[in-house]
Amino acid sequence: MIVRQEKVIFSGFGGQGALFAGQLLAYAGIAEDLYVTWIPSYGPEMRGGTANCTVIVSEEEIGAPIIRNPSAAVVLNLPSMEKYEPLIKPGGLLIVNASLVPMRSERDDIRVVYARATDIATEMGNARMANLVLLGALVQRTGIVPLETVMIELDKHISDRHRRWLEPNKEALRKGTELAAAQ
Amino acid sequence: MAKELLEGNVAFAEAAVRFGLRAYFGYPITPQSEALEHLSKRMIEEGRVFLQAESELAAINMVYGAACTGVRVMTSTSGPGFSLMEEGFSYIAGSEVPAVIVNMMRGGPGLGNIQPSQGDYFLMTKSAGHGDFHPIVLAPASIQELIDMVGLAFELAEKYRTLVFIAGDGSLGQMMESAELPPMQDLPKERPAWAITGAKGRESKFITSLYLGAENLEAVNLRLQAKLAEIRENEIRWQEYETEDAELLLIAYGIVGRICISALREARNAGLKVGLLRPQTLWPLAEERMAELARQVRGILVAEMSAGQLLEDVQRAVAAKTSVHFYGRLGGVVPMADEIVDKLRELDEETH
Repeated sequence: MIVRQEKVIFSGFGGQGALFAGQLLAYAGIAEDLYVTWIPSYGPEMRGGTANCTVIVSEEEIGAPIIRNPSAAVVLNLPSMEKYEPLIKPGGLLIVNASLVPMRSERDDIRVVYARATDIATEMGNARMANLVLLGALVQRTGIVPLETVMIELDKHISDRHRRWLEPNKEALRKGTELAAAQ
Repeated sequence: MAKELLEGNVAFAEAAVRFGLRAYFGYPITPQSEALEHLSKRMIEEGRVFLQAESELAAINMVYGAACTGVRVMTSTSGPGFSLMEEGFSYIAGSEVPAVIVNMMRGGPGLGNIQPSQGDYFLMTKSAGHGDFHPIVLAPASIQELIDMVGLAFELAEKYRTLVFIAGDGSLGQMMESAELPPMQDLPKERPAWAITGAKGRESKFITSLYLGAENLEAVNLRLQAKLAEIRENEIRWQEYETEDAELLLIAYGIVGRICISALREARNAGLKVGLLRPQTLWPLAEERMAELARQVRGILVAEMSAGQLLEDVQRAVAAKTSVHFYGRLGGVVPMADEIVDKLRELDEETH
């Protein structure tokens, strides 16, 4: 039996929205009636350093919420690329923010999507939407949850302070899916 | 109610409110401060008591006082704060009043760090304070179980007039998971008969842990011991996974318990007949069941985020009926499923 399941690490600098992108995937997983865990790194490295979270979305009850080898990784910056690219399971997926990661994966046993997410988000008016460009690419390639569900959950969970960015964020998600589909 | 994405610390705090928490006293410490943050808002909204004390020592003595009035009362903390509360735990135990304490364990000893740990097992199950007593210790492995155990903790605390600890760890407090909260319960209209509620129009009551006469105090202790025997008889809880045909047995609790579920799946895929016993109560512990399974399996692997604390109880329970191996990570390092599978392979080879 093939279990519908993804174990995803989102990683970037604090402020790049790695944790929020992960939460959005988790919310979408619940909306799709799947089991979900989300766990952040919460050590002192969060202050000004990298921030990462592990999200598991699964049809099957989740065992370990903390894992070594993800089935997919979304890397928003170079340190995250260096840390997680080697750890992805064979056959897994790597989503790279090519705007800030000036290197390519040398692995031939994983699928890779390069998205100039920070540049795309900047053109759309806010560099901080890079996380959703990359989430869009992840959703397109894994099919773990429908893009539509992610959009609905974004609407529910975007903070009042950022609500004016709702439509541009949806557009960022869409851009990510288009880009992943074209690669 | 539908499932929501809930953070552990917020989940247990909100569950406590819905299970009728009347008063909370606490002092912030990572990795459980989100519980205080949540309660500082919610308890006030509900017109109940939230108080951030000047220290953990003050907080536990406030818990003691409120517990004497027969209301549902709770505090939460992590290792260093838990150590400070020990004096209060002993007085609460000696006075036989119900109270619930959540300990989201972090790396120790000393100030240690804020990463997940299970290093307070001895402290919670065996040495929670001076004198002869054991609190009931519940060990949740998921956010849903954490929520459910808050309700169970209040029930057990009241049923036996005892301390109940919920033994979590930093990762359980910080993680988010799909779970369902209970509906809001009404606060009970009446207090228990023993509660201190003001003596107007009736004889005064007395709650104490001070008994100067040796015979008096021995009688109190014998009553306490009889109660502990009753708890041992009725309240041992655990979960088993694929033990029916198991030749190797994992024993682990809390977050490590569920990491062992992943290890078990991986090991079964590799052809090892592995089962898992996950204690849901650490005191009292499922010792008889462990002894039974020890006769069935070739070997046992205990996994913990400590240097081997549950391990000592398992060794005692199975009394050398089978070989017991151990895998522990320390200082806030979380063991990974593949490391546990490697240890299972070693155990398999050595016992073949």
